[in-house]
Amino acid sequence: MDILLTRVGVWFFVAVMAFAAMALGADMAYSVHMGIVCLAALIAMAASMHKFDFITGRFPVLSGPSVASHYDDDPIRWGAIATLFWGIAGFLVGLIIALQLAFPVLNFNLEFTTFGRLRPLHTSAVIFAFGGNALIATSFYVVQRTCRARLAFPGLARFVFWGYQLFIVLAATGYLMGVTEGKEYAEPEWYVDLWLTVVWVSYLAVFVGTIVKRKEPHIYVANWFYLSFIITVAMLHLVNNLSMPVSLFGSKSYSAFAGVQDALTQWWYGHNAVGFFLTAGFLAMMYYFVPKQAERPVYSYRLSIVHFWSLIFLYIWAGPHHLHYTALPDWAQTLGMVFSVVLWMPSWGGMINGLMTLNGAWDKIRTDPIIRMMVMALAFYGMSTFEGPMLSIKAVNSLSHYTDWTIGHVHSGALGWNGMITFACLYYLFPRLWNRERMYSLRMINWHFWLSTLGIVFYASAMWVSGIMQGLMWREYGADGYLVYSFAETVAAMFPMYLIRAFGGLLYLSGALVMVFNVWMTIAGKLRVEKPMTETPYNPEADRPFVAVPAE
Amino acid sequence: MTSTPKTGAFSHKNLERNVSLLGLCALGAVAIGGIVEIAPLFWIDSTVEKVEGVRPYTPLELTGRNIYIREGCYVCHSQMVRPFRDEVERYGPYSLAAESMYDHPFQWGSKRTGPDLARVGGRYSDEWHRAHLKDPRSVVPESIMPPYAFLAERPVKAGQMAGHLTALSRVGVPYSKDAIKEADADLMAQADPNADGAALQARYPKAQVRDFDGNPAKVTELDAVVAYLQMLGTLVDHQKAKPFEQPR
Repeated sequence: MDILLTRVGVWFFVAVMAFAAMALGADMAYSVHMGIVCLAALIAMAASMHKFDFITGRFPVLSGPSVASHYDDDPIRWGAIATLFWGIAGFLVGLIIALQLAFPVLNFNLEFTTFGRLRPLHTSAVIFAFGGNALIATSFYVVQRTCRARLAFPGLARFVFWGYQLFIVLAATGYLMGVTEGKEYAEPEWYVDLWLTVVWVSYLAVFVGTIVKRKEPHIYVANWFYLSFIITVAMLHLVNNLSMPVSLFGSKSYSAFAGVQDALTQWWYGHNAVGFFLTAGFLAMMYYFVPKQAERPVYSYRLSIVHFWSLIFLYIWAGPHHLHYTALPDWAQTLGMVFSVVLWMPSWGGMINGLMTLNGAWDKIRTDPIIRMMVMALAFYGMSTFEGPMLSIKAVNSLSHYTDWTIGHVHSGALGWNGMITFACLYYLFPRLWNRERMYSLRMINWHFWLSTLGIVFYASAMWVSGIMQGLMWREYGADGYLVYSFAETVAAMFPMYLIRAFGGLLYLSGALVMVFNVWMTIAGKLRVEKPMTETPYNPEADRPFVAVPAE
Repeated sequence: MTSTPKTGAFSHKNLERNVSLLGLCALGAVAIGGIVEIAPLFWIDSTVEKVEGVRPYTPLELTGRNIYIREGCYVCHSQMVRPFRDEVERYGPYSLAAESMYDHPFQWGSKRTGPDLARVGGRYSDEWHRAHLKDPRSVVPESIMPPYAFLAERPVKAGQMAGHLTALSRVGVPYSKDAIKEADADLMAQADPNADGAALQARYPKAQVRDFDGNPAKVTELDAVVAYLQMLGTLVDHQKAKPFEQPR
C-alpha cells in the first residue's frame, strides 16, 4: 500500500510540475510539450492507481499467451507493434516529402507542413521511432533467450518502452512546431534530450542487468553488438547535445560548440548514429535471427570477434567524410577518409558472417520468404557499405556531396538493410510472441519482399542518376569558359527523377501495408489457405526454453 | 563450452564471460577515435585562423538565424563554399573557418536541394527576398522551395533578446555587457530606418540598418530573416583577407 501511495504521489508530483512549467512556458511549443508530459504523468498515475499493467489489462490481445513462454515478453509485443506503427508513419511522411520536391504545392502554404519541418519528422520517425523500437524490442527478446534469464527490473523495462514512446511524441510534435536544435538527426531540444538520457540509462540498466542474471557462461555475440550500440549511443548523445538553454521555461537552446568544432562533433555523432544505431544494433539482430531462421550456427566465431572489435573501433573515426573540402582542417578530413575506406573490411566481415551462415541451407532462399528477406537485407548491407567508403574518397565526394547521390546511398542502406532485416525479424517474432503456428500468409511475405525490393531499385537508381547528373551540371563549363547551367536549371532537371523516387517510395510503403494486414490477421489467429511455402516451424521446445530456477 | 582458457595468454573468452569488462573495453574502443580527431580542434590554434571582420550576430540577425533553423532551411541549403573553381564562380570566395566561429550551432548543411547561401548577402535586393520568401515561384519559376508568407505577418518576439545573448555569451560568444543590456533596443533599431543606428553600428560593425520587410509599421520575422540573409558572407573583406592566408 505504501509503495502504491508513493508511486501515485510521484506521478502526481511530476504532473503538477509539468503543469506549472506549462503555465510558465516562454513559448507556445514549450507549453504544448509540458502539457503532453503532464498528460502522460496523469495516465501513469491512473495506471498505478488501478494497480495493474494498464495496457495488458485493457487489451488482453497485447499480452499474448502466458503459458507458452516463461520469458517476460509483454514489452516486446508492444515494441513489435510500435515498430510497425511508427514505420508506417515514417514511410508515409517520407512519401509526402518526396512528392513535395516534385510538386511544391504540396507544402500547402502552411508553416506546419513545409518540407523543412517534415523532413526531420521523416528521418527521426524512421531512424529513432521505427529503428529504435525494433532495436529495443529485439534486444529484450534476444537477451532473455541467449542468457536464459527473465528481464531484470521488469518495471524499468516497461518504463523504457513508454518513456521512449514519449520521447518520440515530444520530438515529432516539436518538429512540426519548429522546435529544433538545427543539427541533423539530433534535432530534439535540450529537455527532450535530457528525457532521452534518463530513458537510455534505464535501458542500459535493464539490458546489463539481464546479462548479469544469465544462466549461460558466455555472453552471445548478438549481445556484444547490442551492448556497444547502447553504450556508444549514450556517449554520442551526451556530447553532441551539450547546449545552453535560453531559459528553463523555453524550448530554445544554443549548442555548446560553434563552427568547425560543432561541425565535427555533429558528424562524429551523425555518422555513428548510422554506425551504431543502424549498423551495430541491426547486426545484433542479424546475429540472432538469421541463425535461428536458417537453423544453422553462425558461420565463424573468429570472424565475429575480429569484425566486432574492428567495426566499433573504426566507425568512430569516419565522421569527417561528411565535411570534405569544408573549413575543417585537412588532416581531419584525410583521417576520416582513410578510416572510412578501411571500414569497408569489417563491414563486409559482418555481411560474410551473415550470408555464410546459410551454408547448407541455401535452398531456403527459394522456399522461405523470411530467409529471402534476410539475404536481401545482407546484400543491401554489403552494397551500401561498399558505396559508403567509395563516396568518402575525396575525389568522388567532391562530385557526390550535396547531391541526391547521398540520399540514394542512405536509402539503399535504410530501406534495404535496416528495413528488410527488421521486417524479417518481425515476421519471425509475431507468430512466436502470439503463439501462432505461422504468419497468416507466407505468400504475402513474398509480396512484401518483391514490393520492397522493386521500390528500393526505383529509389536508388533514380537518386544515382539525379545525383550524378546534378553534380556534373553544377561543374560543367562551356567552350566560352563560363558555367553552363544556372542552379535553377539543375533543379528543373531533377523533376523526372523525383517522380521515379516517389514511385519507389510508394511501392515500399505498399509492401509495409501488406505486412500490417498480414500481422493483423496473424494476431487475430487466422491462417490463410494458400499454396504452402516452407517456414522454420515454431517449436517452443527448441527455442532455448527458460529453465525455472528455484528461489534462492 | 567447457574448454578451459589457456593460462597466461589473452583469451577473448575472458571478455565474453564478464559484462563489465566487455562494456569497458567497448567504451574504450569507441572513445579513442573522438579523442584523437575532435579534441585537438579545441586547442590547435590554426584550426580557426583569425580573420578581420568577423563579429557576433546583431540581435535582429540572430533572430533571423533562429527562424532559419526553426524552419529547417539547413536541410536544403548549405552555407559552405568549397574551394573549387565552379563553386567560387557560382557562389563567391570559398568559406573560411572563422566565418562560422560564432555559429551555435553551425549551419554548413549537407545537401543542396537549393543553392548554397554562405555568400548570399547583397546578391539580391530586399524586395527580391521578400517576393521570394512569400512565393518562391513568383521570381524563380523552377523553384521547389516552400512558401513562407506567414513570416511577413508575424512580429518578432520582443523583450527576450537579453536572455538569448546571455546564453550565447555563456558558450563563448563575446557579447559585451552593453550589447546584452541594449539587446532588445538593438533588435528594434536595426529594422527602423528612422532610428539612430550609430550605437548599433559601433557594437556591430557593418550592421545594415533599414526596414527589410517593406512594412515600417512593425518589425516582423520577415525583417529578421532578410536581415540575416543580407549579412551572410559579407563580414570578411576577401581582398583584404588574402595577405592573411598562410603559404603552404
